[in-house]
Amino acid sequence: MTLMTVEGLGIDFGGVRAVDAVGFAVKPGEIVSVIGPNGAGKTTLFNILSGVYRPDRGRVMLDGMDVTAMAPHRLAALGLSRTFQNLQVYLQMTALENVMAGRHLAERCSVIADLLGLPASRRRTRETADIARGLLARVHLERAAEREASSLSYGALKRLEIARALAAQPRLLLLDEPAAGCNAVETEEIDALIAEIAAEGVAILLVEHDMKLVMKISNHIVVLDHGEKIAEGAPAEISQNPRVIEAYLGTQAEGGHALC
Amino acid sequence: MRLSPRTWTLIILAVLIALAPVTFPSAFYFRIGALIFVNGLAVIGLVILFGYAGQISLGHAGFAGIGAYSAALMPMHLGLHPALALFAGAVLSGGLAFLIGRPILRLKGHYLAVATLGFGILVFIVLNNEAQLTGGPDGMAVEDLGLRAVSDALGLGLRTAEVWYWFMGLVLLLGAFLALNLHTSPTGRSLRSLHNSEVAARTLGVDVVRYKLTAFVISAVYASLAGSLQALLNGFVTPDVAGFLHSIEWVTMAVLGGAATVLGAVFGATILTALPQALTVFQEYEHLLLGLIIMLVMIFLPAGLLPSLGKTLRQGESI
Ligand SMILES: Nc1ncnc2c1ncn2[C@@H]1O[C@H](COP(=O)(O)OP(=O)(O)OP(=O)(O)O)[C@@H](O)[C@H]1O
Ligand SMILES: [Mg+2]
Repeated sequence: MTLMTVEGLGIDFGGVRAVDAVGFAVKPGEIVSVIGPNGAGKTTLFNILSGVYRPDRGRVMLDGMDVTAMAPHRLAALGLSRTFQNLQVYLQMTALENVMAGRHLAERCSVIADLLGLPASRRRTRETADIARGLLARVHLERAAEREASSLSYGALKRLEIARALAAQPRLLLLDEPAAGCNAVETEEIDALIAEIAAEGVAILLVEHDMKLVMKISNHIVVLDHGEKIAEGAPAEISQNPRVIEAYLGTQAEGGHALC
Repeated sequence: MRLSPRTWTLIILAVLIALAPVTFPSAFYFRIGALIFVNGLAVIGLVILFGYAGQISLGHAGFAGIGAYSAALMPMHLGLHPALALFAGAVLSGGLAFLIGRPILRLKGHYLAVATLGFGILVFIVLNNEAQLTGGPDGMAVEDLGLRAVSDALGLGLRTAEVWYWFMGLVLLLGAFLALNLHTSPTGRSLRSLHNSEVAARTLGVDVVRYKLTAFVISAVYASLAGSLQALLNGFVTPDVAGFLHSIEWVTMAVLGGAATVLGAVFGATILTALPQALTVFQEYEHLLLGLIIMLVMIFLPAGLLPSLGKTLRQGESI
């Protein structure tokens, strides 16, 4: 049973085909990585899948239902959650509040109850805080709970975004370069965390430039170049694929990322 | 037990309201105090819109106009008690905010500012031109709310200005209480998250249009109540209550207080209500000075006067 199916997806910016004719499928509990050189269209693909961009061509199916161009908040309600390559943390809120805000869909209360500070509203806030503390501990940020997010390090913010995305209890989690800018130890931790989340049955779509990480944890890899899918398969196949090696070697001279 | 920031804010406000009269040499000061609380109420509403939800309005005096003229017209024409007219005005303003908010709040930044500005001007023009009903630019008298009568019946022995002071102090505390509750509630968190990152909030399930609308309606109700209360306090109302300058006064109060906290709102309202009373030059050059204050605060203290002072003090402590 597939969770998400993508067919012939495409979007243009001016004359640029940022994503073109991309298709693949994701099953529950599976880790699917999307790799490709800088500017290949990975983030754009995530923006389409999460409803931030409207595709010009193609379809996205979730649970067999057509969700193409559905609004982001409705996709979230269907179990889709994501992080951002260029960090979209709520900087003026505390780390704890960031994660609490991730539980928006589960904790909605009536505005009147919230204004009056009725027991129902306060109880909900306490419960949310408890759950959020647990999630902060999971990304090793429990001691930063009361700190304003703007005062946290880059690596901490990356993990905070993951905790916030997890707070929404997603069935499909889109992670856009979760280990970028993290040191070796932090990368190990994120690696372990991703495997753990997948083991709980959450499907994961991962964009990551750290090839060691990608080859180690992916069940399946989709390779993009210039917006098009140039290869797809198990890690062992991908690392041997001549077109993939060429795409990476082609950009390596310009400072791209090598395979392994 | 450690007190929450919410409880602290309420205690500080209550103590200030209770103790300020010690320094008042005459009844006139109670009147100024009541006016400060009226403005503080409206600015707390703006804090919910600006500071929590991150949306701008340059036309909230329009809602004050609706509130003020509801308090003036409904008792006269419908025989409603002024207290009921005040609530009817708030419902009217909230409903109108709901209707116009949906299209307006899809706009961003300065487009939103211009659209709300247009709304305020529209209300002003209607109030100004419907002279048969509103008395036009000359304004009209407003029926008494009957606070003094209640006070006398209770044997409190207070003068009218004093009754208004204490009554408005309580209303302000209530307004602060609601806004503070909202801040730490699920709705408040959603408002603040869409302020911090709209795209992140959307992908986490926040229906941003609906939440912006919620903040807009709440702030419109605050503005409307402030407008009604100002009209009832003055016993008289002119279309200026809905004027552009009135909107700008409130925005300046919010900006001066940092536009983000309840305490800042009351602080901004206090400074900018008291200053014109103390300095007559201020009245003559009000437009000029409000513009100057906004510019200076934006350039030198973008977080607002009170939060910036607070930060400086805290830094002083930690060194
Ligand atoms: N909103 C936009 N408007 C115009 N062009 C865009 C927009 N978003 C992306 N692009 C273009 O689409 C192409 C793909 O960009 P995208 O950010 O998806 O690449 P990426 O694979 O995520 O790269 P990186 O590895 O650097 O993150 C690029 O040429 C980019 O300039
Ligand atoms: Mg990218």
